[in-house]
Amino acid sequence: MDFLSQPLLEHSALFWEGYRNTVLLTVGALLGASVIGVIGASLRVWGGPALSSLAVAYVEFFRNTPLLVQLSFFAVLLAPANLGITGDPIVVGLIGLSIYTGAYVTEVVRSGILSVDPRQIESARSLGLSQVQSLRLVVLPQAIRTVIPPLGNLAIALVKNTAIVSAIAATEMLKVAGIIETRTASFDGYLAVLVGYWSLTIPLAFLVDLSERRLGFAR
Amino acid sequence: MRKLIAGLIVLAFVVVACSTDSGGSASPAGPSFAADSTMAKIQTAGKLVCGTKFDVVGFGFKNPTTNEVEGLDADLCRAVAEGLGVPPEFVEAISANRLPFLTEDKVDLVASTMTATDERRLEIDFSKIYYVAGQSLLVKSDSTIQTVDDLNGKKVCSGEGSTSEKNVTERAPTAELLLFKTYTEAGQALADGRCEAVSTDDTILFGLAQNIPGTELRGGVFTDEPLGIGIKKGKDDFVAFIDSTLEAMKADGRLKALYDKNVKPYTGQDVEAPF
Repeated sequence: MDFLSQPLLEHSALFWEGYRNTVLLTVGALLGASVIGVIGASLRVWGGPALSSLAVAYVEFFRNTPLLVQLSFFAVLLAPANLGITGDPIVVGLIGLSIYTGAYVTEVVRSGILSVDPRQIESARSLGLSQVQSLRLVVLPQAIRTVIPPLGNLAIALVKNTAIVSAIAATEMLKVAGIIETRTASFDGYLAVLVGYWSLTIPLAFLVDLSERRLGFAR
Repeated sequence: MRKLIAGLIVLAFVVVACSTDSGGSASPAGPSFAADSTMAKIQTAGKLVCGTKFDVVGFGFKNPTTNEVEGLDADLCRAVAEGLGVPPEFVEAISANRLPFLTEDKVDLVASTMTATDERRLEIDFSKIYYVAGQSLLVKSDSTIQTVDDLNGKKVCSGEGSTSEKNVTERAPTAELLLFKTYTEAGQALADGRCEAVSTDDTILFGLAQNIPGTELRGGVFTDEPLGIGIKKGKDDFVAFIDSTLEAMKADGRLKALYDKNVKPYTGQDVEAPF
């Protein structure tokens, strides 16, 4: 099959728009989920009973409901006629994916924090470092070793989950493939898009491998 | 005792299996056709599988209380099925999957408010045009949008893979398109403000306008959308059969009755058969 087919070439601008949006959703949600994850994990480990329960409720709710349902819900909730925050499906996708992935990141970061010997914090505090400084300079650098491989896998899952944002009308890669198919009655769009997803997940998988080796994961 | 029960269960299965008709032999209840014709094959299969919309009022609409598919497209399918002497079976065919359903033989025909475009004629065959719709706009009553040219720079909802979204891009190149899999979702997005207009065939918009309060059609129709029944290529005998069924229905007034029943209540106007 001639891979650079005519239908594909005619729609190349559309394909790149979809690719850009997929990358945007991935990178944006990864950042959002990381922030949420660190906050959530901190609340779980060091927050009082109230904050800790809040974090547990958040994690349990967003890990145990389908992403598609969450996105559809957010799309309507944030719409101009309701909360009026945004009508843009990409923004809704960023928010929804960050919250969903953040629940998983919370658990990963939490296990990373717990993997660091508590005496490390005690020693850091007794040396005069504040809680935040201890976290930043002592705990997190050590927690990172435990955290990077599962985070890498979450990132790969995130790339694939961006496809679900097509259901709320975002013009990302899956939507583009559908548009090309129905405009040209050919499935070359889907082939191109599969390659597009590979181009994102394979480097990520490679980075996860690399980091596992470099960080001397098997202690 | 256990052996007796097991034996009875096996016997029950055998009885049920033997009494179920596996559909291999059909009793020809309708007119007969040449042995290897598409019509004969459909009669052997015992049913006419039609792809229709399930959410377009007036054309293909699944009534939630009766579970029956109502509308012009569905009634045309019933007429063809009657001509073959088999019952119709309805499958939901949304804009995005109706062509693959045909080419993959998942359905015998598609009557799904499908515009007969030259592009589509390269992939499938069409019957005679049974209705000429037109693309229009559905907006909130307090919207400033009057015509399709006002859509530039605005968010417009439509259906994925329909001729509608292409027409909007051509007339208003800077309109931002939000494409959904079904028009009900597009209507919902209009209702909660995620887009400022829904653009597709007026036939679909009438149904949406009815269900979403505070909306109205604007700008008249800016395209000609000839609707035809879609058939997989290579079934010329079936196309001819459907066309002759349509001709017969036009001649004896059945077609007009279908227009009056399904379309006139929403457009308020008499429909003239376009063939």
